[in-house]
Amino acid sequence: MTSEPHTNTPGTVLVQGPAVDLDNVTVVRIEPSRKWVTPKLGELWEYRELLYFFVWRDIKVRYKQTAIGAGWAVFQPLITMIIFAVVFRTFANVPSDGLPYSVFSYAGLLSWTLFASALTRSITSLVGQSHLISKVYFPRLIVPIAATISGIVDFAIAFLILVGMMIWYGIVPAWPLLSLPFFIAMTLAAALAIGLWLSALNVKYRDVAYSTPLLISLWMFLSPIAYPISQVPDHWRSLYNLNPMTGVVTGFRWALLGSDVPDPVSLAMSTVVIIAVFIGGIFYFKRMEQTFADIV
Amino acid sequence: MSRSAIVAKNISKQYEISEFKNRHDTLYEHAVRRFHSFFTRNGSREKQNFWALQNISFEVRHGDVVGIIGSNGAGKSTLLKILSRITAPTSGFVEIRGRVGSLLEVGTGFHPDLTGRENIFLNGAVLGMKKAEIESKFFEIVAFAEIEKFLDTPVKRYSSGMQIRLAFAVAAHLEPEILLIDEVLAVGDVMFQKKCLGKMDNIAREGRTVLFVSHNLAAVEHLCNKGIVIRKGEQVFEGSAKEAVSYYLTRIAGESDYSSTCVFDLWNNHTRPSKYRPCLKNMELFTDGDVPVTGDIRMGASVRVRIAFQVEDTVNIDAALGFETLLGLRVFTAHTAFQPGLASRQAHGEQTFVCDIESLTFTPGQYKILVALAVGGVPIDVVEDAARINVIESDFYGTGKVPWNGLVVLKHRWQ
Repeated sequence: MTSEPHTNTPGTVLVQGPAVDLDNVTVVRIEPSRKWVTPKLGELWEYRELLYFFVWRDIKVRYKQTAIGAGWAVFQPLITMIIFAVVFRTFANVPSDGLPYSVFSYAGLLSWTLFASALTRSITSLVGQSHLISKVYFPRLIVPIAATISGIVDFAIAFLILVGMMIWYGIVPAWPLLSLPFFIAMTLAAALAIGLWLSALNVKYRDVAYSTPLLISLWMFLSPIAYPISQVPDHWRSLYNLNPMTGVVTGFRWALLGSDVPDPVSLAMSTVVIIAVFIGGIFYFKRMEQTFADIV
Repeated sequence: MSRSAIVAKNISKQYEISEFKNRHDTLYEHAVRRFHSFFTRNGSREKQNFWALQNISFEVRHGDVVGIIGSNGAGKSTLLKILSRITAPTSGFVEIRGRVGSLLEVGTGFHPDLTGRENIFLNGAVLGMKKAEIESKFFEIVAFAEIEKFLDTPVKRYSSGMQIRLAFAVAAHLEPEILLIDEVLAVGDVMFQKKCLGKMDNIAREGRTVLFVSHNLAAVEHLCNKGIVIRKGEQVFEGSAKEAVSYYLTRIAGESDYSSTCVFDLWNNHTRPSKYRPCLKNMELFTDGDVPVTGDIRMGASVRVRIAFQVEDTVNIDAALGFETLLGLRVFTAHTAFQPGLASRQAHGEQTFVCDIESLTFTPGQYKILVALAVGGVPIDVVEDAARINVIESDFYGTGKVPWNGLVVLKHRWQ
């Protein structure tokens, strides 16, 4: 069964010779899946335009055929803030670092909503794109990454409300504002880090997606959103700091409102945990992605 | 050897059948099974494996246009999925030199809520085109798809034909060095299919490397210069496209794609246009006198078609048979109206018509048979794809050579 030289009999296609520069082509080797795969991040860069288009599509599609469109981006944190204000402030009289409680909790919710929606979207992203995954090749990492990034638009819209509130209460941010991009990046990194693990797991076990809402609402109450970190008893503090969102949310609030300075230890812990989960997530994802098309 | 566009060495792909059965199993089940197998050590016994592909090796040189043929489930699509890196092989390896574009489905990534314009960009990007590339070909794509007026309408409001045209238009403008295509020509109306075949022809003539999986043997024969035949996951033939098609037709085609009896059910046939209520019950095919046809008919052999039908009213019924290529080109029509002396069928209950064709002079290939009943020239029941037949080669002219070109062979004489 060797390849024969083809003959140009009438009716067959006349071949005009190679249309490619043979010395300068990309060579791809396709091999059986392995347990440990070194992630080729250069490939992600090659596919950056596709990442851009995925994000662009997610944003374009999100509020099609809705009556109030981007209003939804504002509603969720705003309504939650009002509920918090009634429950935690009026009934439980929770302190708020000397800030108006509404601004305090809204800022926390803003950071949290960015995290929670990015995480939710990235977890379901692979299954939602199953038709693509089983038909086209591209680095699968793009899918959860795009899902995570596309939440930034909602965040920006909801952020405008916070700016309005800050003006209303006369809160002027000081130099910590410069660290805001860092905390936003940390929020997305945290969502992606966990999203990498859970999105890959969700391909095999759909239970993951069903349990996400529960996980997220539990997690929210374990993070300093509705209450300041000072409310957490000292002997629980070190355990509490293991939650990567502790440092991120406190830092976010500090950058904007100049509330209590985040504990450097807590912040370092958050960073380390996020980076560790992130790197582990990439390896886990790369290992699992080889079978995505077969089981999704 | 390393200069080849594609080198595949012993690629095999194994699926776990349980992977299909227990897809999306719950974590709980998984935990329980793990727990059991830990103690009983027989957890893996229930796993059943299935080889979708076994030891496929081939080489494709730059500029080759290769057709991969095989029956349904032979593993053609799995092979294409491995080559396009969607799934990994279980063993073996493939080396590909050049930028690969794969087209396993038209319209992959289309989003119904986005407009035609937006989907061109999205679909193009999904297929591996750069933004600048899409922009430069944008108007060509729009013109090819014939959707100028609806560019800013959401794709979900398009007719299915428009969606397919748009999808194919984007795909047709993909210009990788190596193109992998799966069955995409099996869509759209006949006119558009012809346009697509023309486009494919151009791609092939430009000297690009193409791997083409298809049921459309005529297209494979026309477009490709090499052919690979796969049967139940194994590569059984490699050679020129013509040889591959003829190998497939003579050795494999009759095996699975076709009915195992010569009686074809028409009552429940799903190719009946929805406006007709079933009257046609079944059809039987015989060749060479009374040999039941299960798929293959020798070129030039006699054919007897028997159709059974049931009508409630007392009407004057005509019947017609249409023999068409898989592309929908009518080769021959047999109509009861062509035979004025025929006793008309008027009674209630089950009736039959029998049509004898003295010599089926079609060239080798697949044909489908359309069956229609009409009253006074108005169709009352139509089944568009009542049966598929394979005309296989024979020495029709008695010269020892098999006539291949054209659609029909006719007895003729030169002077």
